Amino acid sequence: MKRFPLSTLFISLAIFLVGCSNTNETEKTRAIEQEKPETELIVSAAASLTDALEELKGPFEEAHEGITVTYNFGSSGKLATTIENGAPSDVFLSASSQDMNNMEDKSLIVNESRIDFAENALVFITHKDSDSTISSFEDIDPAAIDHIAVGEPESVPVGRYTKETFERLDLWDPLQDKLVLGSDVRQVLTHVEMGNVDYGVVYSSDAFISDNVKVLAEATADWHEPIVYPAAVVAESNNQEAAQQFLDYLTGDKGEKTLQKFGFK
Amino acid sequence: MLEMDYSPLLLSLKVAAISTFFVFVAGVFIAYLLAKRDFFGKSILEALFLLPLVLPPTVVGFGLLILFGKKGWIGSWLLEWFDFQIVFTWIGAVIASIVVSFPLMYQSAAAAFESLDERLSNAARTMGASESRVFWSVVFPLAWPGLLAGLVLSFARGLGEFGATLMLAGYIPGKTDTIPMAIYFAVESGQMEKATFWVVMIITFGFSLILWVNWWSKRNIRRFTKS
Repeated sequence: MKRFPLSTLFISLAIFLVGCSNTNETEKTRAIEQEKPETELIVSAAASLTDALEELKGPFEEAHEGITVTYNFGSSGKLATTIENGAPSDVFLSASSQDMNNMEDKSLIVNESRIDFAENALVFITHKDSDSTISSFEDIDPAAIDHIAVGEPESVPVGRYTKETFERLDLWDPLQDKLVLGSDVRQVLTHVEMGNVDYGVVYSSDAFISDNVKVLAEATADWHEPIVYPAAVVAESNNQEAAQQFLDYLTGDKGEKTLQKFGFK
Repeated sequence: MLEMDYSPLLLSLKVAAISTFFVFVAGVFIAYLLAKRDFFGKSILEALFLLPLVLPPTVVGFGLLILFGKKGWIGSWLLEWFDFQIVFTWIGAVIASIVVSFPLMYQSAAAAFESLDERLSNAARTMGASESRVFWSVVFPLAWPGLLAGLVLSFARGLGEFGATLMLAGYIPGKTDTIPMAIYFAVESGQMEKATFWVVMIITFGFSLILWVNWWSKRNIRRFTKS
């Protein structure tokens, strides 16, 4: 007799998933789709914007009938690379001016649409149960640290700002073999939340949304390049008008309030 | 010539080799134990073994973090009693590799043992061979082509492991940067030359490995069948 452990697994998983989905809702969306051609707006956004943007999605779609927003979150560097390589995208929300400048130089964005929509600060965090007494970046003693999570400095903006800050404080070289490099800011946060690293450096907005970390210190703004979030319509986009509507909404009243709610400035 | 740090190559080979060793021993042992045996819950056990094959690597990585993290079930215990940390070390990379490549080894070994002709082992037994003699002189040589396939697959899978490794071993240049990790971060930061170098490297290596194994196993099977 032959056994099929894999197929048993698939079937049980399928049953489980079907049980989870809400059939009524799917039917409803399908009905709406049939009434009006939907525009699917693909927004490539820096990982640090995840929660704020998810909250903005519903109200935006309600206010703009016929547009559905799909987010593609990742580190700004990676998103810039994928857009450059032709990945479909209508709006690019970056966590660094540098990535946006590169895009502008290569004419990958609509230059007139570019706008800075948020600011952020760099904070030094630890797990909420930690008894660390560090209260400023200058207090950091590399010898007393096992691991510190930071963004990868070449591709993740938060990593670049962190590197600038630590270099400014002559801490970057002494910290070299303590650094765990995250592939985006959320991964850095997760390392700290799970208590696997002693400390981490993230944006204040990320520390703000997490209940499991506490902020020990905030970096002085002139230690690093200003952390501004530039947004622009992608040049290759087929939905230029909808993309611009999204940017207007983001920089408008509702957008600004939502961003503030999640710790942006 | 490109200025290159070769540590990812050595690290990848070390991680894949060590994990393949453990996976081979455990996979062969467990598969032999379960082969030709039927008991309640066997399919469930087998499904459990094969689960890492169908799960996204990030899920595996998350599970491993829950187990081996500093505050994890096993991790906190190791830390407390042995002051030993798995997360963010190359050993973490070995564990991630073991977990994702074990299903491949198990499946190949189980298939190899299932397809053996029981009469051959029984013949050996009637001639007074001990169970270990039966295994080493009859079962193992006969199952070898299948076991070898599992071995190669496991090694290749370990060499290419990325997702779970990134979560458990982190990315610490010079310590836990395996080739797939080096490729990922080189691509992300737009260092295409560096990425291309490692891609060519890993393809060349994987290709030669398969060629060599095929040649070697053909030669060995001939030797077994002749004697």
